[in-house]
Amino acid sequence: MKVLLSWLNEFGPFADPTDNDAVEAVAADLTALGLAVEETIAIGSPVEGVVSARVLRVEQHPDAAKVRRVWVDAGDGDERHVWCGASNMSAGDVVPLATLGTTMPNGMTIERRGILGIDSEGMLCSAVELGVGEDHSGILLLDSDAQLGVSYAQVLGIEVDVVFDLDLTRNRPDCWSIEGVARDLAAWRSQSLSEVGEGSAVSGETRTVPVSIADPACGRFTATVISGVRVGPSPEWMARRLEALGMRAINNVVDVSNYVMLELGQPNHAYDLSTIGGGFSVRMARDGETLTTLDDVERSCTVDDLLICDGNDVPVGLGGVMGGADSEISDSTTEVVLEIAWFAPLGIMKTASRHGLRSEASARYERGVDPTLADRAVQRFAELLSLTCPDLVAHAGGADERSSGMPELVRSAGVRISEVNRILGTDLVAADLPGLLDPIGFTVTANGDDVAVALPSWRPDSTSEIDVIEEIARHHGYGRLGRSVPKPTGHGHLAQAQIRRRLLRDVLVGLGISEAMPNPIVAPDTMARAGIEGDTLRILNPLVADESALRLSLRPGLLTSLAHNEHHRRTGVSLFEIGKVYPPSGDGLPDEHEVLCVVLAGQDAHAAVTVWRQISQALGVGAMIDQSTVPGGMHGTRSAVLRAGRDVIGAIGEIAPDVLESFEVSERVAVIEVRIDGMLSGKGGSRAYRPISRMPSSDLDLAFVLSDDVPADRLERALRQGASSLLVDLNLFDTYRGPGVPEENRSLAWRLRLQAGDRNLTEADIADVKAACEAAAKKLGAELRS
Amino acid sequence: MTNDITAAIETALRRVSDAASLDEIDAVSGETLGKKGVLGGLKASLANIDDIEERKAVGRSLNEGFASVSAAIDERRQELIAVERASQVAGERLDLTEAMDTASRGHLHLVTQAWQELEDVFVGLGFTVAEGPEVETDWHNFEALNMSEGHPARGEFDTLFIGHDEHEDAGDSGLLLRTHTSPVQIRTMLTSEPPIYIVAPGRVFRRDTPDATHMPVFHQIEGLVVDRDISMADLAGTIEAFTQAFFGEGFTSRLRPSYFPFTEPSAEFDIRRPDGSWLELGGCGMVHPEVLRAGGVDPEEWSGFAFGFGIDRMAVMRHGITDIRDMYVNDIRFIEQF
Repeated sequence: MKVLLSWLNEFGPFADPTDNDAVEAVAADLTALGLAVEETIAIGSPVEGVVSARVLRVEQHPDAAKVRRVWVDAGDGDERHVWCGASNMSAGDVVPLATLGTTMPNGMTIERRGILGIDSEGMLCSAVELGVGEDHSGILLLDSDAQLGVSYAQVLGIEVDVVFDLDLTRNRPDCWSIEGVARDLAAWRSQSLSEVGEGSAVSGETRTVPVSIADPACGRFTATVISGVRVGPSPEWMARRLEALGMRAINNVVDVSNYVMLELGQPNHAYDLSTIGGGFSVRMARDGETLTTLDDVERSCTVDDLLICDGNDVPVGLGGVMGGADSEISDSTTEVVLEIAWFAPLGIMKTASRHGLRSEASARYERGVDPTLADRAVQRFAELLSLTCPDLVAHAGGADERSSGMPELVRSAGVRISEVNRILGTDLVAADLPGLLDPIGFTVTANGDDVAVALPSWRPDSTSEIDVIEEIARHHGYGRLGRSVPKPTGHGHLAQAQIRRRLLRDVLVGLGISEAMPNPIVAPDTMARAGIEGDTLRILNPLVADESALRLSLRPGLLTSLAHNEHHRRTGVSLFEIGKVYPPSGDGLPDEHEVLCVVLAGQDAHAAVTVWRQISQALGVGAMIDQSTVPGGMHGTRSAVLRAGRDVIGAIGEIAPDVLESFEVSERVAVIEVRIDGMLSGKGGSRAYRPISRMPSSDLDLAFVLSDDVPADRLERALRQGASSLLVDLNLFDTYRGPGVPEENRSLAWRLRLQAGDRNLTEADIADVKAACEAAAKKLGAELRS
Repeated sequence: MTNDITAAIETALRRVSDAASLDEIDAVSGETLGKKGVLGGLKASLANIDDIEERKAVGRSLNEGFASVSAAIDERRQELIAVERASQVAGERLDLTEAMDTASRGHLHLVTQAWQELEDVFVGLGFTVAEGPEVETDWHNFEALNMSEGHPARGEFDTLFIGHDEHEDAGDSGLLLRTHTSPVQIRTMLTSEPPIYIVAPGRVFRRDTPDATHMPVFHQIEGLVVDRDISMADLAGTIEAFTQAFFGEGFTSRLRPSYFPFTEPSAEFDIRRPDGSWLELGGCGMVHPEVLRAGGVDPEEWSGFAFGFGIDRMAVMRHGITDIRDMYVNDIRFIEQF
C-alpha cells in the first residue's frame, strides 16, 4: 500500500518532502507504529542539468539516415548543435535539453562526443528518459511558451514528493487510506488531525433511487444522484497524485472516485444515471450468469458472487470488486449515480479470488471498510468533482438501504489496567489511557481502574480487551517497553533422545559420512522406482506433479544425491540423512517416524555392516542381521533386514542393481536404513564399569570350514557360548575360499582372546575352550581345520 | 705368564676396538672373557703357579685385565647400538608432505549446525527442546492458533494439503504439511502444565516456488514461554538475550508492531548489526488468550510469549550463501566446505 507524503501533509502537516531528515523521521515513525515502510521513494526530483530549449532548425545529414542534426537555443542566445534519433520535433518547439555533464537517471553521462566527427553538445530527452511519463516514441514537447533555460520540472510544474510503500498487516484495514495512516501518525506525534469530507453532503432537489438488498453479504448500499456533471480532465495536481500512487488518470469523474477511495479508504462507483434503469437491486448471482466488467472481460458468475443489478435486474457490477462495462461513464454523461456500499469481507475475498480479479476496491472490502464512511465519502466526492463541474449538485433523497449484514456500529470493550500492566510489563495508570487511545478513535468512556473503551468503526479487527491492549502498546511505543529475562524454575536441557540423536550424528561424521537433506516430497512413482512398496500420502495441491507424494524411505533422496555427485565426477561419496518418513495409517495422522539412512557409494555390503556396528556400539543398541529376507529394492544376495526382537527395524546391505540403474548411479552402493525412534529413546546414560583383569591373557586361533548356507554370525554365537566366561574378545580375522576347502564352503578364522579375572590360565583351560568351541561349531556342521 | 697375560689383554682390547657389529662384540666377549676364552684359560692355569705371592700377583693383573676388557666391551657395545639405531632411523626417512588423503571427515548439514547452535543457546537460557509431527491436523496448525476456517490469514500460509492415496479427492482428510512450527505450542500446552519454557525447531512446508531465497521445505525454530505474570518486557528481554548469545557482542534487537492471529500484541523482531543496519529476523508476541485456551491454559492465571524465525536463513547469513537452494542439492563439493 503506497501513500504520498504531500497528501498525508493535508492531514498533518508531517514533513517537508525536500527535507530528507524529516522524511526519514516520518518513515521511522510509521515503522514504529507497525506500518512498516518497505521503501521510501523520492519522486519529482528533477534531473539536474536538463533545461528547456527551443528548436531553431532541424537538418538531415546525408551520411546518417537515422539521426537528425538539431540546433537549439537554451535561452542564452548560443546556438547549440545536438544529434537526435527522434523526429517528432520541429523548429519552434520547446524541448528538454540535457546539457553536457548531465547524469541521466539511467546513469549515463552526457558527453560531447558525437558521430561522423561532429560533436553533440547535449541530448534531447523523451518523457521516459526523464522519468516523467511512459512515452518513449519521441522527444518530450514542452509548452512552446515556456521560459527557456530553466529546469523542465519547473516548466511541467512537477513538485518534489515522497511515496512511502507500506507493508500493512491484516489487522489494519484503516490504513488502506491516506486518512487512516495520517490518523495513526498524528496520534503518535501528538498532532491534531485535519478533517475532510465534513459538512452536509447533499442539497437541492430531492431525487430518489430505489434500492433493494436481497442478501446480507451487502450490509449497506447508498445511492446518490449527482447532476451537473461535465466529463473532462482532472486538475493537474489530482492526476499527478493518482499517478504517483499507481493509478492512471482517466477523467474527472473516475479520478475523483479513485481519489476518494485512496484518501478515505471507501471504494465507490459512479454509474451513468441514464444506463441503470432507475434503481438498483443487490443479490447473489444465478449460476452461470454473466457480466462484462470494466476491464472488458466477460465474467461467468456462481451463486456465491454478489451482483449489483440495475432497475431491470441486469447486472451492472460485481459487488465490491469491479463495475460493469455497460454503465461506464462516457464523455456525454451529465448525471451520475454514486454507489457507496459496505460488503462482508469474506464474500469479497472469495469472489475476487475466484475470478482472479484483485481490484483496489476488493483489496479494501476484503480487509474491512468502515461502514459509517458513506456520508463523508459522498460529501468529499461532490466537493472534489465540483472543482471541475461548477454546476454540480449532489441531490438529497438518495437511498441508504441496510441489511441484517450491517456490522454493529456501537461496540466497546472493557479494559482492566491491571491486565494492561500484566501483559505489557508497564506501570500505566488508568489516567494514561485516554491520551494513548482517544486520538486513534478508541474512546475511553469510563473512569476508574476498569475502563470501557468504545471501539472505532474503522477497526473491525478490534473486538476485545487484548486488542485494545495492543493499541495501548503501539502508542505507548514498543521501544519503551522494559526488558527483563524470565527465570525458569527448571533447568535447560536436551532430552535423552535429542542427546542420542546428536551422538548418532557425531558417530557418522566421525566415520567420514556427511549429512544430506533431500526433499521429503517426491514424485508419485519414486518409491516404486526404488523398489519400496506401499501407499503414500498425497499432496492434494502440489506446486509441481513431481513433488506430490510423501516419502516412505530416505533411500531415493540419497540415491538422487549420489547420482548428482557422480554426474559431477565425485564418486565414492558417503552420505547420511536423519529424517521423517510418512507411511499412511488409517484416516488420521500417518505413522510418521524418524529414520536414519546411510549410503556409501563404491562400497560393498560389508562396509555397511562395519558402519552399523559402530552405530550399535556407540548407542548400545543391537539388531540381528537377518539375510533370509531381502528387503524391497535391495540386492538379492547382499542384503538383510535388521531385526530387533521380532520387529523389522530396517534394512542393510547393498542397493539392487536395477534400482541403481533407475537412479543413474553406476557404482555399487552400500546402504543402511533403520528406524531410529526406538534406538534414540533407549536407555542412554552411563554404563557400568567392568574391572580390567590384571591376569595375563592368551590368544587362541581357530579356523572352521562352514557351509555357505550358514551365516557366519551363527558360528560366532556358537563360539561365544562355547568359550564361556573366559572369552574377552572374539574377532573374525580371515575368510578363505579355494583349494583345501570344499566347494560352497569357506574357512572362517577367529581369534579368541581368553583371560580369567582372578588367576593365570592353564593349558587345560585353553584345551577346554578349544574342545567346547569345536563341539559347538560341529552342531552347525562346521569342521575345525587342523 | 705375565707376558702372556699382557699379550692376551692387548689382543682382546684390539679386537674389541675392531669389532664392527654387535655380533662381533658378542663373539669377542665370549672368546675373551668366557670360561673357554683366552683370559678364562689363563685363569684356569693360575693353579699351576706354586709360589703363593706370584700367584696372587698374576691373579691380580689377570683380574685387572678382565675388568678393562669387560669395560671396553660394554663401551664398544653402547657405541655400536647407537650406530645401529642411527642407521635404522636414517633408513626410515619419510617425507611427511608426501602424505596422501585417505581419510575424510564427514560434515553436518549447515541447517543442522545452525539448529544445534540455536538449541544450545536456548538451553543456556533455561529452555528445553520440544518436537512435533510434520504432517499435522488442520486443528493444530490453524484452528487452535486462532485461525478458524475462513480466517483470511490462512491464505497467507500457502498450505500443502494432504490426502490419502486411495481417495484422490480426499480434501477433507483435515491433514496438511505444517506451515510453521507453532502447532508444537499447542501440543506442548496440551501435554504439559505451565510453567513452560520450550523451543521447537523443525521442518515446515509452504506451497512456494523455490528461488534464491525461498524453499518450499525449510526449517523454523519456535519458542514458547507460559508462566505466571509473563509480560511483553520478558519477551523483549528474552529476544535481546538470545540476540547477544547467538550473534555476539555489538548486536542488539528491537520489537516493532506487527500482526499474527496467534499472538497479541504481536511484533516483528529486528536485529541491529554493529554497523547499524537492521535485519528482519522473525515474528513474536504475547500468546493470544484464545490460543492459551485452545491449549487448555487459563489466560487469567497464566500468560506467555512466543517467537519464531527461520533456521535456514541463519545458516545462509552466517556463511554468505547467495542461493538457498544450494543447501539442498547435497553436492559434496558444497557440503565439504563447512
